[in-house]
Amino acid sequence: MNPLALRSLLWLGLFAVSLALAGFAPALGLAPVPVPFWLRVDLAGAISAAMRWLVETASFGLFTFKDLTRAIAALIDLPYQGARFVLVEGLREGRGSRAVTLIPPLGWLTVTLVMTALGVWAKGWRLGLFLGLCFVYLAAFGRWESAMITLASIVIAVPIGVAGGLVLGVAAYLWPLVNRVLSPVLDLMQTVPTFAYLVPILFLFGFGPVAALLATVIYAMPPMVRVTTLALRSVPTELEELSRMVGCTGRQRLSKVLLPAALPDLMVGVNQVIMLSLNMVIIASMIGAGGLGFDVLNALRRLDIGAGVEAGLAITALAVALDRLSQAMAQRSQRPGVVLRGSVWRRHRWGLSVLAMALAISLLGWALPALQTWPESATLSTKGFWSDLVKYININYFDQLEAVKGAMLGWLLLPVKRFLLALPWPWVLALLALAGAQLGGRKLALTCAALGLFILSTGLWEQAMTTLYLCGVSVLIAGLIGVPLGVLAASSETAARVIGAVIDTLQTLPSFVYLIPVVMLFRVGDFSAMIAVVLYALAPAVRYSAHGLRSVPPELIEAGTVCGCTRWQLLTRIRLPSALPDMLLGLNQTIMLALSMLVITALVGTRDLGQEVYIALTRADTGAGLVAGLAIAAIAIIADRLIAAGAAQARARLGLQGETAA
Amino acid sequence: MLKTHYLGTAALLAALATPVLMTAAQAEVESMDPIKLTLHDWTGQLITTGLMAAVLEEAGYNVEQVQADYLAQFAGLKTGDLHVAMEIWETTGREAMDEATAGGEVVNLGSTGMQAIEEWWFPDYMKEACPGLPDWQALKGCAAAFATPETAPKGRYLGAPVTWGGFDEERVAALGLDFEVIHAGTDAAMFAELESAYQRQAPILLWVYAPHWAPLKYKGEWVKFPPYEPACYTDPAWGSNPDATHDCAKPTGPIWKVAWKGVAEKWPGAAKAIEAFTISNDEMGAMISAVDLEGASIEDTVAGWMDANETTWKGWIGQ
Repeated sequence: MNPLALRSLLWLGLFAVSLALAGFAPALGLAPVPVPFWLRVDLAGAISAAMRWLVETASFGLFTFKDLTRAIAALIDLPYQGARFVLVEGLREGRGSRAVTLIPPLGWLTVTLVMTALGVWAKGWRLGLFLGLCFVYLAAFGRWESAMITLASIVIAVPIGVAGGLVLGVAAYLWPLVNRVLSPVLDLMQTVPTFAYLVPILFLFGFGPVAALLATVIYAMPPMVRVTTLALRSVPTELEELSRMVGCTGRQRLSKVLLPAALPDLMVGVNQVIMLSLNMVIIASMIGAGGLGFDVLNALRRLDIGAGVEAGLAITALAVALDRLSQAMAQRSQRPGVVLRGSVWRRHRWGLSVLAMALAISLLGWALPALQTWPESATLSTKGFWSDLVKYININYFDQLEAVKGAMLGWLLLPVKRFLLALPWPWVLALLALAGAQLGGRKLALTCAALGLFILSTGLWEQAMTTLYLCGVSVLIAGLIGVPLGVLAASSETAARVIGAVIDTLQTLPSFVYLIPVVMLFRVGDFSAMIAVVLYALAPAVRYSAHGLRSVPPELIEAGTVCGCTRWQLLTRIRLPSALPDMLLGLNQTIMLALSMLVITALVGTRDLGQEVYIALTRADTGAGLVAGLAIAAIAIIADRLIAAGAAQARARLGLQGETAA
Repeated sequence: MLKTHYLGTAALLAALATPVLMTAAQAEVESMDPIKLTLHDWTGQLITTGLMAAVLEEAGYNVEQVQADYLAQFAGLKTGDLHVAMEIWETTGREAMDEATAGGEVVNLGSTGMQAIEEWWFPDYMKEACPGLPDWQALKGCAAAFATPETAPKGRYLGAPVTWGGFDEERVAALGLDFEVIHAGTDAAMFAELESAYQRQAPILLWVYAPHWAPLKYKGEWVKFPPYEPACYTDPAWGSNPDATHDCAKPTGPIWKVAWKGVAEKWPGAAKAIEAFTISNDEMGAMISAVDLEGASIEDTVAGWMDANETTWKGWIGQ
């Protein structure tokens, strides 16, 4: 018997024991196993107290800690106000309804033109046209002003995130100690839900757009740090040696050799920062960022589904436009540049003529207001279409949907929930440690057990198990839908394009937009939450399996064909097994997205850790929020480490090369 | 061409001059620093705040409206980052307000004149399925009429987000109702369920509050529980169940205005105007339905009220 089969058998046995434990423990009076008092730590109280000290008394002598954070806030507010001046407000005299515009902000046509020109410059006419269309959508559907408010905060948040990420990434590259300290911090930044640290940010940096900007930066920066360190490490050593030989100083080596060589990779990080910043639009609008996120929330409070979808799609349009543009720029940075010579005009012909045209349109806007502000009479709207659609489904198909829901709840969700909640905690911790030991050795076993103990010590064990259940079931279903879609996308170019577009939309459309119709059709509860999580977490399952299948070495497939495999055999015996490591990474990402979504689904009344975070937020309870957030992070890190170790083993077994992604 | 240009310049000059003249004509205000009013995420509050802001602007004050969470805002009101919150509901905000005013950093500037109602609510068509409503005794006999597959045989009651409190679990137990309390995470989810059930004329029993657009849009009534008295929430002996508290309705109460303590020192005139501000449930209900049901913008609605009630608000700012 080979070791793999032996291990499967072992886990099958353990699963049977777990089932028995969950089934009989309550009958035997064993569950729930009480948590000994010395394992309970009042971390929440300690964090809240520390926070109070930080806000109220901490001082550097001349000024307090709060003065410092407020000064930082004022510093960030400055460029933000500048961006708002250019994009949203212009210069106004007077206040409120009597305000008179002296210098208008950039008009819709000007901005659209500049974006189109950027697209043409970065890639070509097709991209330019696409960007132009995205921005025309914003204007035509009456979302211009909100979109520009959102754009103004993105324009400020992204450079801060990129610059901060670069500095930290370079530091981690240069000094191993920094790297070691930074690595767990980045893990936490990526896994602790934003809701958990909104309250302390509000306390320290004041209410309003700046606090929202900072929350966005914290959330969006980690990939930039990671990408920077990785990119610098992967610069060919010959290049670095060369820079030493020609006598570069340390700073020259970094700025003239290493960073330029790593530029294409760095641009991938920039793209990530942009996309993650746009993910934060809704949450940022809850604490005063306004803009499109506020439009979405406001429309859905009125149950105006159409307006919610329109505003949500505006976020998608903005996100997809900025994503494509930054990707095109990343590719452009890989092309060898053509050095133009001659006068300023000759070198910057393109840029200058766009600038001149923008200026001309702005001036024309004084005479023709339609060039400045999209005329209200020409504003498009889907009006009642979306509401009517939901109403139609609701009235005609509710019973069928209810039957599906009942079956899913009865046969899958509730049994899994009962099973997980009935498991005694010492058994769960033991299983975690065993899994860690088998996949990654003693160190991983210790990590898993320690993180499990941490969750136990917070007193949130039951909520953590509920989280595990909702997340687990959602990931399972996302996998069941996502992997076949990935197979389809890998097999045909057309399918790939259609599926890609759907997935891009699902990932950038704020979940709140579809959460409310889902509640209308399935009521408040776990099932609605599960649907929302599946929709959001589907993307990586599809992407990674498609990518894995496409990168199967052609020799392997040829060998299979020569041996006379049918198409089905090729898929199940060769392509899927060799795509396994990639698919495991996809699974990892799916879990991360599902966990991040659970905080949002708290809005439809789940009873898990996400709900704890949300309650703490509304009560402005710093400690409780952070503790629940850390418990979510602990689950995420356990899953991440176990799967990464599993993927490494699978790679080794398949004899594939490649580094393990963190 | 020359003429239009000249006209344009003249208009520009006039525009430049107007605000200066207007400010001069108005009473001088104590400080031109912006007064920050908080905005939350329900329409009534946006209108109340919009009205107050418009009135203060008429008085010559510099006003800013900022987004802030309903409960989280007290942190800002204590430190003076935020200045005025126009709607703190007796029913949901009392504890947070008491906590903030206890230290003296936040002061209560009196009632807005509006009365908050929060109670169990059902659509009219449920009277057929459950005769005897709106009296709460009727619920005892027809829990099954409100049941869903998940809660059957118990009835299903959709409660507000957990943080809103409301003691519904206690109420169900104390009154011996065979209902299960399900908490929605947000009120958007709550009213999404109501809309869905109403479209299908399906059974539903949920928490509805007023002033809000829902009781204006849907035909229905609040359940009549034994009227609230403070003793009911503290003394088990009170009411029909001698062993339990909360055997009565939810309290109703005023919607309060609160402010940072520094407002009265820095902008005494503004503090007076805020204290003077009152509006009735009916007026507010009409404006909420104009915005949420007829699609009017909040700015237009506020401007319409300002035009129609000039004498009222001029009295608040002593003009």
